[in-house]
Amino acid sequence: MATQQFCTFYVNDLYFGVDVLQVQEVIRSLQVTRVPLAPPAVNGLINLRGQIVTAIDLRTRLSLAPRPEGVEPMNVVVRSDDGAISLLVDEIGDVIEASDESYEPTPETLPPSAKILINGVYKLPSRLLLVLDTARATALEPASAK
Amino acid sequence: MHELDEITREFLVESNEGLDQLDRDLVALEQRPKDQELLARIFRCVHTIKGTCGFLGLKKLESVSHVGENLLSLLRDGVRDLTPERTSALLQLVDALRQMLGSIESTGAEGEVDYTALIARLTALQEDQAASSAPDEAGSPKNMGDHLVERGLVTQDDVREAAERQLSGDPRHIGEILVEQAQVPPQVIAEVLETQAAEGSRAASSVADSTIRVDVGLLDRLMNLVGELVLARNQILQHLTTSADHTLGATSQRLNLITTELQEGVMKTRMQPIGNVWSKFPRVVRDLASSCGKQIRLEMEGKETELDKTIIEAIKDPLTHIVRNSADHGIEAPDVRLARGKPAEGRIFMRAFHEGGQVNIEISDDGGGIDPAVIKQKAVQKGLLTTEQAGRLNDREAFNLIFAPGFSTAAKVTNVSGRGVGMDVVKTNIEKIGGTVDVNSVTGQGTTLRIRIPLTLAIIPGLIVTSHGDRYAIPQVSLLELVRLEGEEIGRSIELIYGAPVYRLRGNLLPLVVLNHALGCTAERWDVAGREAVNVVVLQADGTQFGLVVDEINDTEEIVVKPLAKQLKGIAAFAGATIMGDGKVALILDVGGLAQQSGVLQSEHDRARTEATAGTASDDGDRRTLLLFRAGQDRRLAVPLSEIARLEEFPVASTELAGTRRVVQYRGEIMPLVRLDEILDGVTRHNEIEDPIQVVVYAHRGQSIGLMVDQITDIVEQQIVVDRRSNGRAVAGSAVVQDRVTDLLDIEAVVGLAGLNHVDSRVPAGAGAEG
Repeated sequence: MATQQFCTFYVNDLYFGVDVLQVQEVIRSLQVTRVPLAPPAVNGLINLRGQIVTAIDLRTRLSLAPRPEGVEPMNVVVRSDDGAISLLVDEIGDVIEASDESYEPTPETLPPSAKILINGVYKLPSRLLLVLDTARATALEPASAK
Repeated sequence: MHELDEITREFLVESNEGLDQLDRDLVALEQRPKDQELLARIFRCVHTIKGTCGFLGLKKLESVSHVGENLLSLLRDGVRDLTPERTSALLQLVDALRQMLGSIESTGAEGEVDYTALIARLTALQEDQAASSAPDEAGSPKNMGDHLVERGLVTQDDVREAAERQLSGDPRHIGEILVEQAQVPPQVIAEVLETQAAEGSRAASSVADSTIRVDVGLLDRLMNLVGELVLARNQILQHLTTSADHTLGATSQRLNLITTELQEGVMKTRMQPIGNVWSKFPRVVRDLASSCGKQIRLEMEGKETELDKTIIEAIKDPLTHIVRNSADHGIEAPDVRLARGKPAEGRIFMRAFHEGGQVNIEISDDGGGIDPAVIKQKAVQKGLLTTEQAGRLNDREAFNLIFAPGFSTAAKVTNVSGRGVGMDVVKTNIEKIGGTVDVNSVTGQGTTLRIRIPLTLAIIPGLIVTSHGDRYAIPQVSLLELVRLEGEEIGRSIELIYGAPVYRLRGNLLPLVVLNHALGCTAERWDVAGREAVNVVVLQADGTQFGLVVDEINDTEEIVVKPLAKQLKGIAAFAGATIMGDGKVALILDVGGLAQQSGVLQSEHDRARTEATAGTASDDGDRRTLLLFRAGQDRRLAVPLSEIARLEEFPVASTELAGTRRVVQYRGEIMPLVRLDEILDGVTRHNEIEDPIQVVVYAHRGQSIGLMVDQITDIVEQQIVVDRRSNGRAVAGSAVVQDRVTDLLDIEAVVGLAGLNHVDSRVPAGAGAEG
């Protein structure tokens, strides 16, 4: 039975997973430099050991409520064609193994803005795991130059 | 990927270098067909390639180079003269060799192309004399035989004998034959081969012996590492300011120095003379000239000017395009040139030089030049501009239209250029590496393109500023000066026009861009009121100056430019990001983008247009901002607001007489005052001057001139249609403004009529001129 490994994390109580091979590392919150005029989902730039990485706030990206005061986000750094990109999440979960049998496509009833970012759902015994489409989640409309 | 063995790779690298040199030499040879040294070098190069590929078993390559070598040996020995056909055939040979080498590099084989035609042509050009001039190895300068004789290992006779054996069909090299015949140790042969190779490259550069080849990838990695080191150094230095440890301090200083030197050193390894790119242009120009039936001489100056490798790569194509354009469109056909009284041979001149931390490259031709009228007409035809827009462009702006996408003026599309995709790509490519390109032309006399590019892209000096609590880096190349205004100076020198702040910098209006606003950090309206100090960074973008108002000016720092991720690429205001001394990321401002985004460039264009049309206000209805005022009791007048420096009020008592002219002390200068009601016709004159005097200050060649008016009525922005029929003194025309007929004042004419054309306020000598 084929299984897949996911790095999991929580965003506003939703349980997400990203293919573990896509994840470069997970780190605590770093000092962020704001980028004015950037798309709203861009939280800013972080210095990841000399590499400048764009941080995207998944709460904003997934049209969820803003992170409450005092909750420090975690960085899930994923690899992309364009170099590393950091996804800001609320909390990190375990690396889990999900079997293909428990997979189902994303329910149609989700809001379209969120639905296109979710590749599917794994029915885990305790809860549902949403598979994040990192390519789509990190592809933002290019910031409009006013 | 096909794996090449070490020897083949070496051969490819060496041969390609040789071929580049061949291109240059062959074209040079055409100028000096009797130059023995050149001929010998060309021969040696082809000979070496032939020899090596024979050794490597590359039959096809060998056969092609062999016939070439035969022809060359005839030329060298003076049996045949160099004709243009022969040069062309030899250049074709170079192309064929290059093609095969390329094929070997990518596939490992010589490729399927058939070269029999070329071989036949090269053979034919020997005019059936090939038999009597088989490759005479013993005769070639400093060949294997000579070397061995010199070393005393063999005698001339041995060599002759070996050469004869070769001629009689021995396929082996002279070295191999000699090894067998005269017991020369093979190591010696190898040594000599090396010496020969060194000789070959010494011809190109006398320092070849002391150089090694380094993989560019390695250099790039080194550069990146140095970049990291610079950042780490910056962090340590920053940390040092809060530390009292002396040993650490001293060590850090040392680290600082070494890092700087290392940075310079690594940067230097990446520097290449621009001649590397230019070297192919003689060939390009020659080919173009012969295919267009033109005569063109290419001259170069400053070949040794060095540039970062990445920049060299980036300007290669744009430069080629420009040179092609000059040859194709710039230089006229010989008969046209003669008819215009120019020598039949056209001249393209390339010049490179360093200036102010930047490299300037100029490409000029003495061709037909660009006719601004034709450019404008073409732009209108192509729908890039409306007729009225075109009418308002000055020549310089018209020339720059050639960089507009979809623009090509070539009357006919040739296979070289004229497809209208060229110059805009040239401009974008040059701008991509932080450069600018500008064109100037005199109809009938030629065109000059000037490119300015930074020396290097990786590490640049930057000015760090703070805005809204965040730090930003500004590349120092765009920086002109820093201005700090304090206290009441602020209100005096910064004025608001419709909320847009402008600053008077030595008599010129400098539009101000408030960084906080430009970056959308605050929506609050910027005002001078209540500020203790204002920091203005005077910047230059695209030939336009503007002032950037920032909260704080911090320091200058070497910054390592890192590109932004694609999510942020679209923001015109940023050129990249860098890591600061404290480890935080700071954004690097793109001065050009910022100017564009804030409309500074746009407004500058408008101003340039207004200047171009000053006095001859355009007939077309266009939107303009006008200052309305009254002179005398009833005359309504207007001037474009852009021509006015300032509005002032002076009490009559503060005016003085200098000669017969009324003047007022103004900003440490003596400003002459002109009574408009005296100058203009049909104005009811007042006997008494109203107190206070309303003055419109006009900056004339850097000097202020005050126009006394009776009342400033309004500032309007509206569409006006100028009627030129009214012809009063110093009136450019009339227009309906706010439903009333208003005369447009021609200020230059007023200045002239007042005899202030050569005014120098420090010496009010002009005062007597009118009196």
